[in-house]
Amino acid sequence: MSLLNDLTGAGPGLGPRAVLLRLGAIGALVAGTAGTFAYAGGWLSPGDLTQARIVDRFEQVNGPHPGFRRNHAKGLCLAGRFESSGGGVRLSEAALFAAGQVTPVTGRIALAGGQPYAADAAATVRSLALRFHLPDGEEWRTGNNDIPVFPVRTPEAFYAQLLAAKPDPATAKPDPEALKAFFAAHPESAKAAALIKARTITSGFADDTFRSLNAFRFVAADGTETLVRWAFVPEQAATAESPAQAARTDKNFLFEDFAAAIRRGPVRWHLVVTLGSPGDASADATLPWPSERASVDVGRVVVTATEAEANGNCRDVNFDPLVLPDGIVGSDDPLLSARSAAYSQSFTRRVGEPKAPSAVHDTPVSGAGL
Amino acid sequence: MSDPAHFNLPARALHWTMAAMVLAMLFIGVAMVTSVAHYHALVALHRPLGIGILVLAVLRLINRWRSPPPDLPPDLPGWQRKAAHASHILLYGLMLTLPLVGWAMLSAAGYPIGLAGSVVLPPILPRDPGLYAWLRPLHTVLAYTLFGIILAHLGAALMHGLIRRDGVLGSMALRLTASQSR
Repeated sequence: MSLLNDLTGAGPGLGPRAVLLRLGAIGALVAGTAGTFAYAGGWLSPGDLTQARIVDRFEQVNGPHPGFRRNHAKGLCLAGRFESSGGGVRLSEAALFAAGQVTPVTGRIALAGGQPYAADAAATVRSLALRFHLPDGEEWRTGNNDIPVFPVRTPEAFYAQLLAAKPDPATAKPDPEALKAFFAAHPESAKAAALIKARTITSGFADDTFRSLNAFRFVAADGTETLVRWAFVPEQAATAESPAQAARTDKNFLFEDFAAAIRRGPVRWHLVVTLGSPGDASADATLPWPSERASVDVGRVVVTATEAEANGNCRDVNFDPLVLPDGIVGSDDPLLSARSAAYSQSFTRRVGEPKAPSAVHDTPVSGAGL
Repeated sequence: MSDPAHFNLPARALHWTMAAMVLAMLFIGVAMVTSVAHYHALVALHRPLGIGILVLAVLRLINRWRSPPPDLPPDLPGWQRKAAHASHILLYGLMLTLPLVGWAMLSAAGYPIGLAGSVVLPPILPRDPGLYAWLRPLHTVLAYTLFGIILAHLGAALMHGLIRRDGVLGSMALRLTASQSR
């Protein structure tokens, strides 16, 4: 027996050539499996957009803010309930839409952007994230913004826009040339930006309308699917920002006004579901739907309490828009999976980081008199 | 079935079913954590598949106790015998631990752990983001370890089947009757 046979344990029936060939085949199979794994993990395509690269870019643009969300970094927790009107039953079998059903809700109001200590400004995009606690452990998590359409259509465009809109350290404004080039390459974003710029800016969170922007599908008990977008429409009439408000130097005036409003009484939003028609964009959040689309008021969110971000409350919740109850599913909008992926990456990074206090505290002071 | 040279039929069926599931799971997992476009679809597969693997791994362990595997060939060098035993302990340990760590980390993160429809698994840990921050990388490290051991297992099985030709690979071959001699 040869040394090769001794080493490998091959019997005398296998010549050295056969042993080497077979060893080669085994090695190739094992290496091929490892290579396929590396391919699946993206190691062989370093240019692809990944969830880590999206969150890296937030960190690059905003600087490091350990422990905070990489976007919508400044926020305040809220709690309340959802009172179903029963109007959603025919659209979705989700338990929270049953007539008369009251579902506990927690959530968070926030300002878009990755600066956790930025001063409140009326023109900053505001968000309302909600978490509906359904029976039997089901949840519906949803993040909504006070803009009419989303500024980009694809995750790749989002990634490019983040950099194009990065404030120049010298001027504190984005480089106009970079923005121009971005809009030239993404005409749908130029149109969306015009719609966003033309929106009515209200006096605060409580009288603001927050929209899903992405499309979803409601699934009824009989299996019927309806393409939808939704909005949380304030019960309180919207008022424009007053000059007195605009002149305030309080860095947290929007949040403190909201906390003050809640101390006076509940703040309510109606959940208004807009029904898409065939041909309405399901995978393009930059496009508004025609204003004549039918809508259904499926109930109202009643916010009764606010709380500063702290251990274990809304600060440590990932408002992943694809955490959905039975009866709601995502559409083919590519932003949905991208949001889910990037939020997960942001969540995983920040929960492992040391925490600093949030900018918005529970201080029962100013704001109430306005 | 009392053929000492073969794993019993449940063991062989479980082995090959789980081989496909575990490999799919590892590939889904490694793709999921970088993917943007397919992240959600992959996560939606990853959770129920992981629970499926956990259930089958328990069944497999029970079957192994009730019907011990065939002995290794007597002429197998001692270090290979030790490596075989150690790697099988690790394989079983990881097939059980990885789904449990996944379930535990999602519990600690406060995610609803939906399987399908309105079926949501109960949390097995209290909500604790700090614990999640510790379990999440552990899940990755254990998954890479499992993949490495599976590669070694694959290589060793093929060495038995193609080089040593000692009947070890054949003892796990998926035929419906186990009457063939080695």
